Amino acid sequence: MSDREFEPRIVAFFCSWCTYTAADLAGVSRMKYASNIRIIRLMCSGRVDPQFIMDAFARGADGVLIGGCHPGDCHYISGNYKCLRRFHLLKRMLSDLGIEENRLRLEWISAAEGDKVKRVVNEMVQQVRALGPLDLPGRFGEWDKEVRELDARIQQEHDAGPCEAHAVKESQA
Amino acid sequence: MQYVYYPGCSLKGTGRAYEESVLAVFDKLGIQLAELEDWNCCGATAYMSVDEHRSFALAARNLALAERQAPDTAMVVPCSGCYLTLNKTCHIVKDYPEIAQEVKTALDRAGLEWKNRVEVRHPLDILVQDLGLDTIRQAVVRPLKGLKVAPYYGCQIVRPYSTFDHQIYPTSMDHLLEALGATVMHYPLKTKCCGGSMTGTVPEVGKRLSYILLNEAKKREADLMATVCPLCQFNLDAYARDAAHAYGPVNMPVVYFTQLMGLAFGLSAKQVGLQRNIVSAMGSLKKFCSTGAAGAAATAK
Amino acid sequence: MNGGNGDGDLRIGVYVCHCGINIASMVDVEKVAERAAAMPHVVVARDYKYMCSDPGQQMIAQDVRNHRLNRIVVAACSPLLHEKTFRGAVERAGLNPFFFHMANIREHDAWVHENRDEATTKAIDLIRAAVRRVGHHKALERRTVSINPNVLVVGGGIAGIHAALKIADAGRRVYLVERELSIGGHMAKFDKTFPTLDCAACILTPKMSQVKDHPNITLWTYSEVAGVEGFVGNFKAKIRRKPRYIDEETCVGCLECIEACIFKEGKFPDEYNEGLSKRKPMYIPFPQAVPQVTAIDPETCLHFKTGKCKQPCVSVCDRKAIDFDQKERIEEIEVGAIVIGTGFQTFNPTDRLPQYGYKILDNVYTALEVERLVNSSGPTGGEVVLRDGSRPRAVGILHCIGSRDTKTNIWCSRVCCMYSLKLAHLVHERTKAEVYNFYIDMRAPGKGYEEFYNRLLEEGVHFIRGKVGGVTDWAMVPEEEGRLVIRVEDTLGGFVRRVPVDMVVLSTGLEPRADADDVRRTFNISCSTEGFFLERHPKLAPVETASDGIYLAGCCQAPKDIPDTVAQAGAAAAEALALIDRGEVELEPNTAYIDADECSGCKSCLSLCPYNAISFIEEKKKAEINEALCKGCGTCVAACPSGSIIQNLFEDDEIFSEIAEVLSDV
Repeated sequence: MSDREFEPRIVAFFCSWCTYTAADLAGVSRMKYASNIRIIRLMCSGRVDPQFIMDAFARGADGVLIGGCHPGDCHYISGNYKCLRRFHLLKRMLSDLGIEENRLRLEWISAAEGDKVKRVVNEMVQQVRALGPLDLPGRFGEWDKEVRELDARIQQEHDAGPCEAHAVKESQA
Repeated sequence: MQYVYYPGCSLKGTGRAYEESVLAVFDKLGIQLAELEDWNCCGATAYMSVDEHRSFALAARNLALAERQAPDTAMVVPCSGCYLTLNKTCHIVKDYPEIAQEVKTALDRAGLEWKNRVEVRHPLDILVQDLGLDTIRQAVVRPLKGLKVAPYYGCQIVRPYSTFDHQIYPTSMDHLLEALGATVMHYPLKTKCCGGSMTGTVPEVGKRLSYILLNEAKKREADLMATVCPLCQFNLDAYARDAAHAYGPVNMPVVYFTQLMGLAFGLSAKQVGLQRNIVSAMGSLKKFCSTGAAGAAATAK
Repeated sequence: MNGGNGDGDLRIGVYVCHCGINIASMVDVEKVAERAAAMPHVVVARDYKYMCSDPGQQMIAQDVRNHRLNRIVVAACSPLLHEKTFRGAVERAGLNPFFFHMANIREHDAWVHENRDEATTKAIDLIRAAVRRVGHHKALERRTVSINPNVLVVGGGIAGIHAALKIADAGRRVYLVERELSIGGHMAKFDKTFPTLDCAACILTPKMSQVKDHPNITLWTYSEVAGVEGFVGNFKAKIRRKPRYIDEETCVGCLECIEACIFKEGKFPDEYNEGLSKRKPMYIPFPQAVPQVTAIDPETCLHFKTGKCKQPCVSVCDRKAIDFDQKERIEEIEVGAIVIGTGFQTFNPTDRLPQYGYKILDNVYTALEVERLVNSSGPTGGEVVLRDGSRPRAVGILHCIGSRDTKTNIWCSRVCCMYSLKLAHLVHERTKAEVYNFYIDMRAPGKGYEEFYNRLLEEGVHFIRGKVGGVTDWAMVPEEEGRLVIRVEDTLGGFVRRVPVDMVVLSTGLEPRADADDVRRTFNISCSTEGFFLERHPKLAPVETASDGIYLAGCCQAPKDIPDTVAQAGAAAAEALALIDRGEVELEPNTAYIDADECSGCKSCLSLCPYNAISFIEEKKKAEINEALCKGCGTCVAACPSGSIIQNLFEDDEIFSEIAEVLSDV
């Protein structure tokens, strides 16, 4: 890594009616926030497929932010609740995978809350910066290498037969 | 309900009647107060004006002791001066990291730790918000019917933080006194200055401020004034004669709101320390004072 | 047309807008265009001063012709602002309008960042994502649905009245729903209007009568909108009509029942007079009320309270209009557009600013109360008197009560300076009292407003610049004895004044109604931070909301005076008419559909759809989406375990390509 401070990359999925509009408002109001975020517009936070989030992490995102309408305000009545449920389930899975909790965030931001977009983005960038790079693509490389090595060793053990396999283990220990 | 109790110097000295009545009333209401062990000066007036940072350290020691003595328990502070100084310390330390560091260094040396978690609360706040007026109403055995009271809050419990009441026109004591059956006057000077420590340093100013308060209560035909602050009570009571001498006759007893609560709850004059007043309040309060058996029984209980 | 159906190789054109210097000052647009030119399938990449201008749009058309482009990406402002514009340009160039995607490099980039390199990198990332995404775009057809030509107007103040009349005059049916017993709103309480001092009743009551008599207006007073479903052009609204216990069709407004009521005198606070007078349980809100129909207040009526009233009202009504058994009714209507004009409430200083003595000191009034005092149909017949009936010798008018204050409401309420001047004039005229105005700044921006201010200065009204600290009845000197003393820092004089007066008028500000949030939810619109309803765009769409077909008029959107309210109501009426006259509306083709071959019939999606658009076809064991019911949220798409639900314009491939490209530049 370079000497420069680590700059996290954050992918955001914002619903068109509330949070995307709030981000527009932040712009119109010339609020300033960290440039680490890339916003993808969806019609509703209910459209956020957990695969989008996993894909973003897998492709090198250090954090993922989801923005939807406040409870009770969803343009589509209840899409944000569906999003919330998936969010909780996915969070559990992420922690099993060793992905820190703060890397995924869900925020309710109404169309009027441009200042909240600014605050949340800045906060998140700061938190994720403190966590350091997630670098799943890099880890995939390592994991692939480990798997290859393991494969090789199993092969080796297989070729050598049971007794020798024990010996290999001993020598490694 | 239980709380840590921080008396401060006044309640052990000039404001003993306040301590006596607070303890008696809280006891009567079944609220437990445990005096803070090894407490020290809150850091008020003199310290605050000479060396603010040391004053914060003094206050912080009390707060640290409170957290150690009873974690997650609020601390009751009847004296307005202590209440403000302790509250101010919590705020300042939260807002200014460099002061927080100084305070921490001081506490470290004393082997203490303060997480800024203990809540500093006034008895009025606790009685009205936590206990509620209904409970207080139920405890009244001798309603203060016909007693006209001017409610006087002074400045420090509502300004600047106003955590439980309006900072210019508070009403919690009004409601409390009404719950006791008293008639609460409209008293426009309820948060005006009593003279503070100027009665000692610039007496002509302090005395005049005290006089204005007393005279307004008199003009409005109050029987007495009720206050929440030992310094206000002291100024308005002890300097009343000087003030009258300078500006004209005024005979206005000033009592603690807890003294009135005690009487309404059936305690005796002595149990709430009424005999300590310089300007006697017995003229208008005699009929509400229990004598003999009833009072004694209440104490024994 | 070449590429019109999307067949063949991708040929993409990318257009980077400078937006004057709005984008160009923070994003290196030339560099961005250069980088875009090198992206896969990009045939042309240009930067241009204003892409939304005619030449900008023509440039796209020309390039489509000359370079046989079949996909277009415009990097400019928010798609919420100009997506429509550019889709139009793409369509005119002969392409399917959905072979287009927009990258938001203004609101989400140039305007919110401070480092040019970072902003430029971000713009490139967003464009790369758009370029890859647009390759997946399909040719789509817009659905059109017909528009119901009826309009619902909510709120019968001057805003709702004006909008309703305009729409009705254009020959359309209007349902005007008012919560109170009569239309007229706040304006019906005013005596005169600034700056011309024409009588409010004289200009309002004719309009109120017109509403009642208009053949195209259905007026429902004492009614509320209980729920709204549907979408632009096709709303279904439920109207709750509360019982007034008088049959509106039968009552002729003779008012005999009021006379006959068992209560000989008024006994209950009269809401119309701000509680300054008393009314009976049988009452009419004010003499010019529309409709001229009485009402019974069940909270105070003896019959409802005890069941033991002799009911003289019933015996005196020969039309038999009184109906104690009247029940709440629900009306269901279908409309194509909705105009919301639900108004404001005035700031209540009782608990929030007790230092001004309102409800503590007798002769402290709010401005609205004084409006009633100076009104000849008010509680005192237009006499400005104190509570004891005497005339004030000096009156203080305190500006900005509940306005321009971080402790209460931060905004300027826009009307208080001017109505304070009006009240100063009226009070001075009626009483010859000394009148003092205490102001922070005098704000008189309007036709004839500054002139009115000058007139008041010449009439001898006093102006003291300073926000009043408090009002007290504590007399410091004998002259103050028995009076109200206003304490203020005179910021021009540079000292603190105590001004003794007999009457204090609090010029209270305007704020959102207490239930604005419920109303907002009913109509699925937004509020701005302070709680007023949010317009689609503060400059260019001031009466539209983010929900198509719902328009705003009057103070529910922000404080404003009567001329502005009427102008906005006219604009809202024009918007509603423009919509319904179109006859049909095109819907965004972002609905979802199910690929039947892929559907496993697991039924996961069925319960997710809030619109019941998904049904399960038993014989095929597959789910199916009714396109007409689908609103395009995509919730089912995200849940489908077999990936067989596809949302137009938001296909998985489209989203995944965006994710991939915003992250590809390592």
